[in-house]
Amino acid sequence: MASTEQQSPATPPASTGGTKTSRWRSRAFRGLAYQVILVVVVLLVGGYLAGNTLENMRVRGIQSGFGFFLQPAGFGIGESMIEYDSSEPYWKAFVVGLSNTLRVAVVGIVLTTLFGTLLGIGRLSRNFLLRTLCTAYVELFRNVPVLLQLLMWYFVLTDWLPDMSAALNPVTGFFLSKNGLSFPIPVWSAGHFATLLGLGGGIAAAWWHARRARHAFEISGAQWPVLWPAIGMLVAGTLIGWLVGGMPGAIDMPERGELNISGGGAVTPEFIAVTMGLTIYTAAFVAEIVRSGIQAVPRGQSEAANSLGLSRAQNLRLVLLPQAMRVIIPPVTNQYLNLTKNSSLAVAIGYPDLVSISNTTLNQTGRAVECILVMMTVYLVLSLLTAALTNWYNTRMAIKER
Amino acid sequence: MNNFKSIALAGLSIGVSALVFSGVAHAGKTLDGIKARNQLVCGVNTGLAGFGAADSQGKWAGMDVDVCRALAASVLNDPEKVKYVPLNAQQRFTALQSGEVDVLSRNTTFTLTRDASLGLSMTAVTYYDGQGFMVPKKSKIKSAKQLKNAAICVQSGTTTEKNLNDYFKAQKIAIKPVVFETLEASVKAFFSGRCQAYTTDASGLASIRNKEAKNPDDYEILPELISKEPLGPMVRRGDDEWFAIVKWTIYALLEAEEYGITAANADSMKTNDSPAVQRILGSSEDTGKLLGLDKEWAYRAVKAVGNYGEMFERNVGPKSALKLPRGANNLWNKGGLQYAPPIR
Repeated sequence: MASTEQQSPATPPASTGGTKTSRWRSRAFRGLAYQVILVVVVLLVGGYLAGNTLENMRVRGIQSGFGFFLQPAGFGIGESMIEYDSSEPYWKAFVVGLSNTLRVAVVGIVLTTLFGTLLGIGRLSRNFLLRTLCTAYVELFRNVPVLLQLLMWYFVLTDWLPDMSAALNPVTGFFLSKNGLSFPIPVWSAGHFATLLGLGGGIAAAWWHARRARHAFEISGAQWPVLWPAIGMLVAGTLIGWLVGGMPGAIDMPERGELNISGGGAVTPEFIAVTMGLTIYTAAFVAEIVRSGIQAVPRGQSEAANSLGLSRAQNLRLVLLPQAMRVIIPPVTNQYLNLTKNSSLAVAIGYPDLVSISNTTLNQTGRAVECILVMMTVYLVLSLLTAALTNWYNTRMAIKER
Repeated sequence: MNNFKSIALAGLSIGVSALVFSGVAHAGKTLDGIKARNQLVCGVNTGLAGFGAADSQGKWAGMDVDVCRALAASVLNDPEKVKYVPLNAQQRFTALQSGEVDVLSRNTTFTLTRDASLGLSMTAVTYYDGQGFMVPKKSKIKSAKQLKNAAICVQSGTTTEKNLNDYFKAQKIAIKPVVFETLEASVKAFFSGRCQAYTTDASGLASIRNKEAKNPDDYEILPELISKEPLGPMVRRGDDEWFAIVKWTIYALLEAEEYGITAANADSMKTNDSPAVQRILGSSEDTGKLLGLDKEWAYRAVKAVGNYGEMFERNVGPKSALKLPRGANNLWNKGGLQYAPPIR
């Protein structure tokens, strides 16, 4: 910026005073001044609004402050991954809400990535039927508002599934009804520690193998098989750990009770509807991003790969995808953020996410401003974290100059 | 740069003003505002038959709505001069705090927290209620104590969630609340069979069963009432004149029933010999002056909606679709709890 001034020898030589004026008028200075003014104005407006809010609340006798977070919540939560009792304080209820939000976000992001990628590749298929189906899917699901889709899935699920007393029992131990899906889960015992250790060992071995394979490729160009040996190492490691641990096999089977199915693991229809709805909606966008990313790679790249004798799979894996990823990652990050934020719509269909907990708290304590501030902060932090993670991945995938 | 700045500023101010419910300082007297715009703004339910619901022509009716009509009649001399603002459970207090509505007449329970910390005041109880449960008849559940491990549908933003927890915790029974944001979604989920029971105030259960169930006879309301739910209108704190007007308009409807004044005989009762009746109808003393109203404020309220008993009969009583018994809402001298301080 400062160089602009020096690059203007055309200006006639001026007196000292004149140089001073031109510094005041320099682009760099103006840029800085604008920014300072902006920051000051923003702070002033923000300060005025915050002050006015507090003053109005005080005048009207509305109590404020975050102290209520330490008081007992006094309401139950239908489903939670962490232990929670209604006598615990409000902040714990918020943590439960957050964990439920994260559960939807994480499961949703993983499923969306898999499903969206498959759909995107499907849209480029040479098979007419597959291609048309994928196009129809994308056009249908990305053009219907996501809240309507969530409501539709939820009411389809609760209307269509049988009552609890007549729960579908397709495989022993699995029950599917209006109350959700119940499934068997292994009971935790000391022996499982060895299993986890075995799994950890498997992961380490697989990672080491992949490293050596890359090394070998860079030195001699030899291509070692990676995928199947890695899977083999994972399975073998886990199996050995399990055997060493004394083959713990206790399983918590769900049982049909009088009013409910108890025992085992369970997910509610609310969770299924939210995750399914968000995945199906967001996958349509991801599919388009994947398709455009692949199409953004110049045709010549593919042709060059063909002329080198690479197979179609090798072409996709070694030539097309690495280049496409650079186009794909930034917009896909947006979709991950959208999915996380859209999970706040879950409150409409009774899923106890952060917004639901916050609504209940807001109503019981009357602390509207505080609750909304907390919600906004949490979603902001979640989104920034997701963005930071994908940015890191993006840097890794970017072209490396050697 | 300029463009960016204005966008940033606009975004910021929108964001922050969404938090700040209203930027303006405290408004003048509520009554002056109502008179100036010649309209009462009344916060009501989004749709609870018998209490506050709009019919197919968009005409509002119900107990809570009648309170608004009575107020408009005594203050503006026309029960039709009301603007109804439908509010869900979460919006209601904010709407009243910010001055969006003059009075919140929306089956709202009076509790300590709400009275002491929201900057609002409770006026008078228009309906004594209690929280109950509704179950499908085919489930053969006869008592709330049989609801072990049951999923129970409930609307968020109500006192209901806390009562539910208190009751079952005391009984040492585990239940799974399924909490919905709107009445409509929670009701739909219950009738689709997602939950084994639905819980809200008993009056609400009757209303929902009657209006939303395909066949009301398929559902049963359990005998247990697990809480006290005194329902009534709320106003903003700090305007004692308006607070008194709302309170005494409700008392006037109760007094009218006690002294046998109805919408039909209000005119002829004006010449009644009883001094109490004359005071209420404004044919002797001018009680309105003390409230900042005119002499016939109570007469107009009764003329518009009838006395409390008529209001009950028409909207929720045994002859209405809801068929709720008068029970605790009978007058004090007929075995109920409704007791209005005297108008004198």
